[in-house]
This record gives sequence, C-alpha cells and structure tokens, in this order.
Amino acid sequence: MRKPKIAFFDFACCEGCQLQVANLGEALLDILEAVDVVEFREVMSEKWTQSFDIAVIEGSITTQHAVERIKEIRGRSQILIAYGSCATIGGVNGMKNNYPLEDIRRYVYNDNAEFFDTIPTRAVHQVVNVDYYVNGCPIYPPEFIAVLKAALAGLPYHVPDNAVCVECKLNENVCMYERGLTCAGPITRSGCNSWCVNNGNICYGCRGMMSNPNETGFQEVLKKYDITVDLIMNKMNMYNKCREIK
Amino acid sequence: MGKNININVEYLTRVEGHGNIVVNVNDGKLEQCMLEIVESPRFFEGMLRGRSIFEAQHITSRICGICACGHTLASIQAAEDAIGFTPSKQTIELRKLLLHLENLDSHILHIYLLVAPDLLGVKSFVPLIDSHNKVVRRALRMKKTINDVCDILAGRHIHPISSIVGGWTKLPREKDLDAMLALLTGMIPDMNATVELAASLKFPEFQRETEYVALVSDDAEYPLLMGDVGSTDGVRMNKKDYKKITNEFIVPHSSAKHAKLSRASYAVGALARFNLNAGKLRKEAKGIADAIGLKPICVNPYLNTAAQLVECVHCLYEAIDILTRFKEKGVDHSEAIVVGLNEQKKVKIKPGLGVGAVEVPRGILFHSYEVDEKGLIVNANCIIPTGQNCNNIERDMQKLVPEIMEKKEEEITLALEMLVRAYDPCISCSAHFLDVKFVK
Repeated sequence: MRKPKIAFFDFACCEGCQLQVANLGEALLDILEAVDVVEFREVMSEKWTQSFDIAVIEGSITTQHAVERIKEIRGRSQILIAYGSCATIGGVNGMKNNYPLEDIRRYVYNDNAEFFDTIPTRAVHQVVNVDYYVNGCPIYPPEFIAVLKAALAGLPYHVPDNAVCVECKLNENVCMYERGLTCAGPITRSGCNSWCVNNGNICYGCRGMMSNPNETGFQEVLKKYDITVDLIMNKMNMYNKCREIK
Repeated sequence: MGKNININVEYLTRVEGHGNIVVNVNDGKLEQCMLEIVESPRFFEGMLRGRSIFEAQHITSRICGICACGHTLASIQAAEDAIGFTPSKQTIELRKLLLHLENLDSHILHIYLLVAPDLLGVKSFVPLIDSHNKVVRRALRMKKTINDVCDILAGRHIHPISSIVGGWTKLPREKDLDAMLALLTGMIPDMNATVELAASLKFPEFQRETEYVALVSDDAEYPLLMGDVGSTDGVRMNKKDYKKITNEFIVPHSSAKHAKLSRASYAVGALARFNLNAGKLRKEAKGIADAIGLKPICVNPYLNTAAQLVECVHCLYEAIDILTRFKEKGVDHSEAIVVGLNEQKKVKIKPGLGVGAVEVPRGILFHSYEVDEKGLIVNANCIIPTGQNCNNIERDMQKLVPEIMEKKEEEITLALEMLVRAYDPCISCSAHFLDVKFVK
C-alpha cells in the first residue's frame, strides 16, 4: 500500500507544537513507518512541490504573504489539520488585535513600521477550510496521535466541547476559585487532561472557548467570588481574541 | 575573468524560524553576503503592554518552543527584579535544574537532528532512520528522557507550567526526586555514546577572531542563571547595563536587529560560554573537552556544536547533583505558592524596571520590563541570542566565502548553511524583538 504523504508547515508561532511531535520519542518512528513525511522544514532539508494527503499546519495567519501561502498549501492538500492554539484559535498572536494595527506596528518597529507587513491575526480556519483540529498551547501529544489516526482512517474527530472542569474534577484538583483565584476552566474546552491545574497553575483558555458554555452557572460562580466579567474576558483574550473576527 | 557565484537559499532548513542566505560574487569579487531574517513579526512587546507582570512568563514563554524554559527563567528574573522580589534559595536551585534540562534538551536536538545529518552527508535525520537506526533511536530516547524529567519538575518542557514569578506552584515530592534521578542517571550510557559519536565527527576548519560574550561571576560555578555580563575583550558590566552590551542597530535586510560591543561584532552561545568559563566546568565535562581537543579561546564557529556537547555533559551531571542534594536535605513544601495572577497579593509589588539575563542554549538572553504600581507592564524589551549573533554570522560568511570561492556552488552553499546552523539560530525568537519605544 502506498504510504500517505504528509507535510508539516509553520506560520506565525513558536514552533513548539512541531517540537511536541519531535518529543514523542521513539513513538515518532512508529508514526514515520505509517506515513511518508515529505516536508518538515525545521528538521528536514527536503522540499516537496506536488500534492499532499495531509498537511499539518502550525501558527496563525498574520501577513498577506501567509494568506497566499496557506491558500496554496490548501490547494495541494487532501486533508488539512490545524494544530496548536495559534492555528486553531489564533492563540497569543491574537492579542495583537487588542490594538489598532498601526499603533502596535509603530510601537514595536517605530519609524521602520512600513517595512513590516502585518494584518489582523487570524486562525487558519478563518482563511481556508480546516478538516481537523488539535487544540492547545502546546498540543497535548496523545490528542495529536488520536487526530492523526482519525485522519489516516478517514474518521471524524470531535474536539471535546465540555469544560476543562470535567477533567479537573476527575483529577481531584482543588478548584482554583476555592483557592482564591480566577481560572478559565469553566468556559474552556477540555481535552488537555487539565494539564495546567494539575501542576498548580490556572487554566488560561488555550484550547478555546466552549461552543455552548453554561453561562448562568458561570455567572453564579463569578458572582459568588465577586469577580467581574471584564476581568475574566481580559484573561480569555490572551488566547481567544481572534474569535471576534467574523 | 573571475568567478561568478549567485547563492540564494530561501527558507534555510533545519533551523528554528525563517531565514535566507544571499551571496553574490561577481568576477571573483564578493559583492553581497547576508543572512536575511524574514520571520513574520509577532509583536510580543506590543502585546505585553497592559498585561499583568504575573502573566509575562506565560506569554513570553510562547516566543519560542525550543527555549520556552529559557524565556520563562529570563522573564521571571526580570519581573522579580522589577517588582523587588527576592526568590528563596530552594527556588533558585530548582530554577538552575530547569535551566540545565533546557540546555541539555536543546543541545541534544541540535547535535543529533540539526547538525549530524550534514556531517554524515544526508539531508535530514529521516534517511538516518535506516542507515543509523541506533543513533536516531538514542537521540529520540534522550530527548524523551529529558522531557519526562521536565514533565515531573515543571509540568512540561514546552511552555512550563509550575515555574512562575515568586517561585513554584508545585514542588517535587520524594517519589518525584527518585523518578527524576532514575531517569537522568539512566541516561549516562546514552550520553557516553553521544560523546563517542560526536568525537568521531569531523567539523570544517575555519577561524575568525571575534569577541565572545557570556555571563561571568566570581564564584566557582559555571554561570548560567546568574552573573554579570563579560567578554573575551575584557568587558564586565552589571546586567542592568545590557543596552551598553548589545548596542543594537538596524540593518535593512533583517527583521532582527544587529549587535556589537568592543569590535565589529560579537558572538554568544555555548562556544562563548566555554571560551569565558571553561575553567569552571565540571571535571567530567573538562575531560570531554580535552579528549576532543577543544581549548579556550577557540575561534572556529563550527565548534560551537562541540562546545554544546561539553555543556551537555556538564548539565547532566550538575542536574544529578542538584537532585541528589534535594534527596539528602529534602524539599520544603511550605514554599509552594498559589500566586496565580496575584489576586491574593502574596507577592508585594512596587513599580520599577527590572532586567533578567540568563544563559539559554543559544547564548545570553535579556528580558526587561517596566511595571506600574498596579503591576501592569508599561514597557517590555527582550534581546535574543540569535539577534546578537546575526552580525557575527554575516562577518563569518564574508570571511569564509573568499576562502572557499574555488569550490562548487553546492559545496559553498552547504558550507554556509552549516556555518549558520552551527550557531543553532533561533530565528523565530530573534525576529520578534526589534526596537521598543513606548509612544503614548
């Protein structure tokens, strides 16, 4: 049987998600037995000009050049997977959209601002069709493998759409609100096994907001602990600013 | 008539981020020789404005997946300096452990996956899966081991979770110490095999004198987390004066700024650290340096990879020592913090300006923040090792090209790619940090 051809591409990001893939250790070799990796700039010099069975996209779309490039890649790909917060929801790059573009460009680049092409940050699906999503900053390796298997088998994969709290309770963590902190867990999609809370930190919302959060319940939580909606939305905007783009 | 060479390597591979090499030789004369940095700007400093100083680590960690722990530690140091917080001894020891793991992980990735393919004459590690299966498996196993140790210590290696301003949100228990020690001591045979492999690799011959910059200190420890900034030209300054070290200037072909100190350019990284502090390495690491013939002051930039190997050995044994000391004296769990975004005001805040200077895999990394009385960031600046190296890399290329001009164009291209790769550039980092002036 012909091995499916797979390519990895990165746009504006930290390249941490492709490193999560590299960090799978010897399991990576099992994946490489099942697929034919034809392009992966960070670890390979080989380049591929024909079509792909699967393109795996990391990073957000932040320049006009990137818009053209992602469209070109989409045109050559049977299946397109967006992975990591930057690609799936815009991620931290979206914070740029908190400011007028010209203002932030001048702030960082001063008089040289005109040299630096930039457009409002967008997630990949806000520019081209996306077939599969692996959320999270960084991606949770077991989920990446699950999505890749689904894509190879032609099966759908549904990103969990219940709250991080569901997994957090199973992990027997003390609720961060009980510990006197605010946490984005109640409105953020699960699937990370409440990674940050397990390690004593709060949830920052990196997997994106649930499609149908329990608004009444959450408003009660905020009221009980005397927290304003503005504060929690400001926190959510660290990763989720791009959802405002229609 | 002399030779004409036109090299244009677009999107240099096996480096972090996006860069191009452009060389133009006309009638035997070198007319153009540059490293173009074409990474998309991400405006991190702009995004930090108005965010809490307690979020700075979380956000700036996302500058780079490879050096997430390095950015974390520099960010925390700058933040704590700005608000006037002094971390405990235990906190510092654990941060040193995290930094050793960071340097070890990144160096292993660079030596095996990014550099070795060139020296073994293949395009990437993929063909090595068949030809050098044991070597590839060892590399992946070592990386996985270090990642597993980071998982235990900080939640994960890429974007660590528990290391924040003020200390650690989670501290290792007895069984965590045992697990980390078992993983690291179990890695020693693989490290020995790595040294053997690296010692057999032949690095290109090339020499160019330059200035080397790294942290220096008066104590006996090889300085990575703390110290003053020093150079092989005799400079020594407090980290607060980092702008007098980097003296950044803009060049039109690069979205990363260039830097210089006492001469036209300077270099940072493993070779710079080795050149300044070789005498402070552990005996295990010194032994390796002697065995492969690496001596300070070494001015062959290709040997940065060899210096990384020496540091791998140093960091592994230092990490084991730190854990062994914690096994003996125990971990004080009362120090675990629940500071989050500081709703509980556990860490006092005063307005101020702070600087962090940390030796991360690619060299000295500076973070600097100015915070207001509420702990909100009003100004941010980060100066990345690769940005500091760009100017030096170009000057190396300008000396190298005339020396090898008679070779075939493919050979010249490969020599240049290998030169750039030797610096282990992290272009996705370097391009995000240009001039930062706050204009209200």
